[in-house]
Amino acid sequence: MRITYPHMGNLYIVVRALLLSLGLDVVLPPPTTRRTVELGVRHSPEFACFPFKLNLGNYLEAQENGADTILMAGGVGPCRFGYYAQVQQRILSDLGVDMEMVVLEPPDVSFQEVKDKIRYLVGDLSWWQIFKAVRFAWCKARAVDKVEERLLKLRPRVADPLLLEKLYREALQEIDGAPDRRTVQRVVVDYQQKTGKLKKRHNKPLRIGLVGEIFTVLEPFANYEIEKRLGLLGVEVNRSIWLSVWINEHLFGGLLRVKHQSVHDKDLASPYLNSFVGGHGVETVGCTVGFARRDYDGVIQLAPLTCMPEIVAHSVFPALAKDYDIPLLTFYLDEHSGEAGIQTRLEAFLDLAAARSSKKTCYEKSID
Amino acid sequence: MIKIKKVGIPRALLYYYYFPLWNEFFTRLGCEVVLSPETNKAILDQGIKSTLSEVCLPVKVYFGHAAYLAGRVDYLFVPRITRVEAKEYICPKFMGIPDMLRARINKLPPLIDTTVDAGKEGNPVQCWADCLREAGKSLTADRKLIEDALDAALEAQEFFWKRLNSGLILPDAIKGIGNPEIPLYSHSKHLRIGLIGHPYNIYDPYISMNLIKKLRQLGALVVTPESLAADEIEEEAASLSKRLFWTLGKRMIGSAFRFINSQKLDGVIYLTSFGCGPEALVEELVARIAKQQNMPLMMLTIDEHTGEAGINTRLEAFTEMIVWRKKYAHHIPPYGESVHCR
Repeated sequence: MRITYPHMGNLYIVVRALLLSLGLDVVLPPPTTRRTVELGVRHSPEFACFPFKLNLGNYLEAQENGADTILMAGGVGPCRFGYYAQVQQRILSDLGVDMEMVVLEPPDVSFQEVKDKIRYLVGDLSWWQIFKAVRFAWCKARAVDKVEERLLKLRPRVADPLLLEKLYREALQEIDGAPDRRTVQRVVVDYQQKTGKLKKRHNKPLRIGLVGEIFTVLEPFANYEIEKRLGLLGVEVNRSIWLSVWINEHLFGGLLRVKHQSVHDKDLASPYLNSFVGGHGVETVGCTVGFARRDYDGVIQLAPLTCMPEIVAHSVFPALAKDYDIPLLTFYLDEHSGEAGIQTRLEAFLDLAAARSSKKTCYEKSID
Repeated sequence: MIKIKKVGIPRALLYYYYFPLWNEFFTRLGCEVVLSPETNKAILDQGIKSTLSEVCLPVKVYFGHAAYLAGRVDYLFVPRITRVEAKEYICPKFMGIPDMLRARINKLPPLIDTTVDAGKEGNPVQCWADCLREAGKSLTADRKLIEDALDAALEAQEFFWKRLNSGLILPDAIKGIGNPEIPLYSHSKHLRIGLIGHPYNIYDPYISMNLIKKLRQLGALVVTPESLAADEIEEEAASLSKRLFWTLGKRMIGSAFRFINSQKLDGVIYLTSFGCGPEALVEELVARIAKQQNMPLMMLTIDEHTGEAGINTRLEAFTEMIVWRKKYAHHIPPYGESVHCR
């Protein structure tokens, strides 16, 4: 069994750590490129959301590299993601691609089924060994988030952002290759020291919050590297979704104590959005309020085109903008997005946010 | 003099399934039910203006109807519809619609936005009973009156489902006009066409551009998902490897399977609205099954820009192709390929 799984940002590092320590043979799909998009789009339904198409492209490219089994998550919510695997499976079999799909459904559907599937994958490994594998993967998830968080914070502040980027890439590679938890932690400490020594600029960057659907927020290819674009334009980016926070909330049931604002921000969605709407709709609204309350200079929402929960969230934005007076920008992403268009819209948005921000400081000074 | 409270009901989205229930309930409570008129250009334009361009056509239409009613009623009934069957959602937009309306339409009357949620174990009757009981409380304090109204409303709804199952096409059943009953699979020389689509698309004559009427004029008998019994749909949908957890998606795929597998129909038309989330995946499965089973299938996607001439041409072409197929191909497709249009 040569197992593969779709890409989503740096998730591959975490899943690879898990599967390798479970003794599985992992074939990673090549990094997502234009070719992946073309393959995915060619065989996907026209109106399926962007992640669906990228997933399919990932599978096909992984198959070229010798993968024969796909590990995929399921779900039973209002979001379309829950039925991805079944449609993708049908498309693959119609294409004559012989790949088996192992779909992990959430445990509340059938706990026994999840247990059986894990057993099917890992053979007769003991539960203790499985626990150790999960703990190792979790350690890498935390490490990845830490280096990313620092990257986002430092990018607008260092004199040479490209050098910082290089250090970040190296750190990721080392985390990916680290054989044990101690090495992982050492990599993080080293990275923090090295980046701490970088030459700084003395400026006060704009602060922008990034909210939206998990895949488009976490996958730089899907969002046309929006974090990097913003960082190079001198903006400090913070986002509503972090991999380890998400894993803790959704897979461990919030068992571990990972302190993060986004977890509490969710509750701020009411009165603007008073019901769960699937996907990350409530988180998007709640975190936008959270960023506004923390006096960010603007919030950018990312979503795949036709994403239903994000459309609902976007729809209630006017009420929110009225109360908090914060600039909001939404990008719907799909395979047709032109990069120049995105860059122009970002620049315009930042110009406006900056003008507004300086006006606000003047105003506050005059009150003093 | 006591002023009679006016409750507005937008003639859009699930109005097509539940109007008898809502109407009876609010009428029995002593309210005047104000129904928005059939969708027209002004309503659609208003809807487009007041909502995002990204939402699907039926939701835009809903916004138009809500905006039309806003100045004319004392309350607007816009239930938050989460689940009408256990463990099955409809669409995130149905769950967020009261919030979306509040954020985007000014000067709304008070919304009656009680939640319909069958949860994990509920059933289609109980979830509506809960919702309406809550709704009733905002209109009257008389518990007995609410219960009586509820009983009558559920009975009216039951009667409506029966009329649908007897073969009445939905708009006729809703109007209560005593049409002659149309048998599901007649053996006449007519073309028999299955029309699949969400009720608020296929039965809204404005946004579907009179699709049903057009098909009839082209000499076709039209069968819709609503003419199938719930257990028939359930049975067909059960053949999927994973239970479909969207109520309307399940209706679509269940009826599509029945229409395709029974081989009693000459063709199937699948009407969807642009950007409909669940349909993007469901229609893909249907298209693949239809191809496998050699069933002519035409996908029609509508949005606010649809040109009527384009639809007419495609309908004519589709029906003509089916006629040819019946006449010349004797159900054996020429060249080994099905007469398959997409």
